[in-house]
Amino acid sequence: MEGTQNIARRKSLDALFAIIGLLAMLVGLVTLLALLAGLAKEGAGRLSWQFFTSYPSRFASQAGILSAWVGTTLVMLVTAATAVPLGVAAGVYLEEYAPRNWLTALIEINIANLAGVPSIVYGLMALGLFVYQFRLGQSIVTAGLTLALLILPIVIVATRESIRAVPGSIREAAYALGATKWQTVKDHVLPYSTGGILTGVIIALSRAIGETAPLITIGALTFIAFLPGAPVKSEFPFVSFEWLMSPFTVMPIQMFNWVSRPQQEFHLNAAAAGLVLMAMTLAMNGLAIYIRYRFRKRIKW
Amino acid sequence: MVKRKLEKAVSEWKDNSPGGRLELPTELEHLKITVPQTPDIDAPDQAVSTTRQPIIQVTDLDVHYGSTRALKSVSVEIPDRQATAFIGPSGCGKTTLLRCLNRMNDLIDTVSITGSVKIHGREIYSASTDVIDLRRRVGMIFQKWNPFPKSIYENVAYGLRIAGVHNRYRLNEVVERSLRRAALWDEVKDNLYKSALDLSGGQQQRLCIARALAVEPEVLLMDEPCSALDPIATAKIEELIWELKERYTIVIVTHNMQQAARVSDFTAFLYLGSLIEYDKTDKIFTTPQNKQTEDYITGRFG
Repeated sequence: MEGTQNIARRKSLDALFAIIGLLAMLVGLVTLLALLAGLAKEGAGRLSWQFFTSYPSRFASQAGILSAWVGTTLVMLVTAATAVPLGVAAGVYLEEYAPRNWLTALIEINIANLAGVPSIVYGLMALGLFVYQFRLGQSIVTAGLTLALLILPIVIVATRESIRAVPGSIREAAYALGATKWQTVKDHVLPYSTGGILTGVIIALSRAIGETAPLITIGALTFIAFLPGAPVKSEFPFVSFEWLMSPFTVMPIQMFNWVSRPQQEFHLNAAAAGLVLMAMTLAMNGLAIYIRYRFRKRIKW
Repeated sequence: MVKRKLEKAVSEWKDNSPGGRLELPTELEHLKITVPQTPDIDAPDQAVSTTRQPIIQVTDLDVHYGSTRALKSVSVEIPDRQATAFIGPSGCGKTTLLRCLNRMNDLIDTVSITGSVKIHGREIYSASTDVIDLRRRVGMIFQKWNPFPKSIYENVAYGLRIAGVHNRYRLNEVVERSLRRAALWDEVKDNLYKSALDLSGGQQQRLCIARALAVEPEVLLMDEPCSALDPIATAKIEELIWELKERYTIVIVTHNMQQAARVSDFTAFLYLGSLIEYDKTDKIFTTPQNKQTEDYITGRFG
């Protein structure tokens, strides 16, 4: 019968592709695992309370990542506080308010392009704009704003994607009751897409946390043996934004500094810092997955 | 005595402001609910529809989606507190016509609308029309029920909340009244704070009706409200339409001709964007004037 003689051949092709696919997947997975294992083998010995609470030092065994993780945390705070409101507002505008015309289309294409701009270019731009033009200095606020610009396109795209997932019938229901556009957005569109937006924001932040190039470009220090001013004060007005203008270092820069030293002991420190950075990133991604799961469970269309 | 005063008020109203609302002398205020029924008692059936003023007047309405012409100079008058059905094959423009009545078509970017739609004699497509207020007065029920993923209570209360009502007692009162009018109260009164999405399809659709009723609209537009429901749920909604048309003007789009015949007082048949025939429902279904109408309702269309 026609078509029967090649069944065996088609089946073996099928099996062949399954094997190729499996191998392709293993290349990525095994490499990542090997990398992690190597990092863990080298760095795990350095992970201790002392490592987290010490400033960098000339002596590898006394050096720590205190200024680096505090710097990373503060820079991320500025980044999130800037990128989230800007990105979400821009996403909402593009999706719900902007008229569908060539100008909007042009803006949309450019946002997609911005997401692909190399991060060092953002660094150059920030050096010119924030450091020299606005005279913000080589400070935490400059770094935070730079990284915020870097991840803004990601936040905008994530916001638009999750807003688009809210069915049009929900908007119609609100409009038919006499809701304004803003009421519809505030009461329905945003609450129902919060899960997706938060996921996108966290993914974007976990990209920003590992960025080094733009921060070196704006002049982050590689050796910092002090902490920025505390945000809370004992006397009036109790809060202080001094820390915003403080010089800083971040985890990847600290790692870079240690790796570039000749002594082997500093390389161990770099591996340990790498482990911490990986853990921070994985924790953020884990949080993103959890949030997505929670919101998906709560709202099903 | 009361009857004479009432007759005087009605005749004055007819003479002075046909189309406007009937204003009663204060001593007759308590009779207000019975007013629409009084003609039924004295006058024969025929007279009812002619004395009743149209609440919506559509004149030469043309709608284009991009370059597609969806409605071709449609004119129709929809009577107050009656059910009017729009029937016709898919793509004939009946939903478009319905969505023109509360300007839901404004939400579509490519739409262009010419002609006139007047509600209570006031043009709704004029620049001075407040669309928010219009949509509050002309509620809408959609083909696929679309409750918000919130509690039953919040769904019904939402229309009031956005209008700025926050008084708890007032909200409670309106939620209960609306759910009762939508014949859903008894089924949900113990679970008002449960998610609306846990209800059955028919219940969700009645919840949407309750939600629309909560803002006290004058007109209720229904876009194939039963097409995704089973016969029992459909029967409940149809029964509800019967009750609702005592208070509200109902305009219903339906694919189901038996449904049009069962629930509506007037029926409009649309075909390819044109209004082919519009008359009292029993006339359309027994003695249609137009050949196309007859072919459609007898199932010979094609």
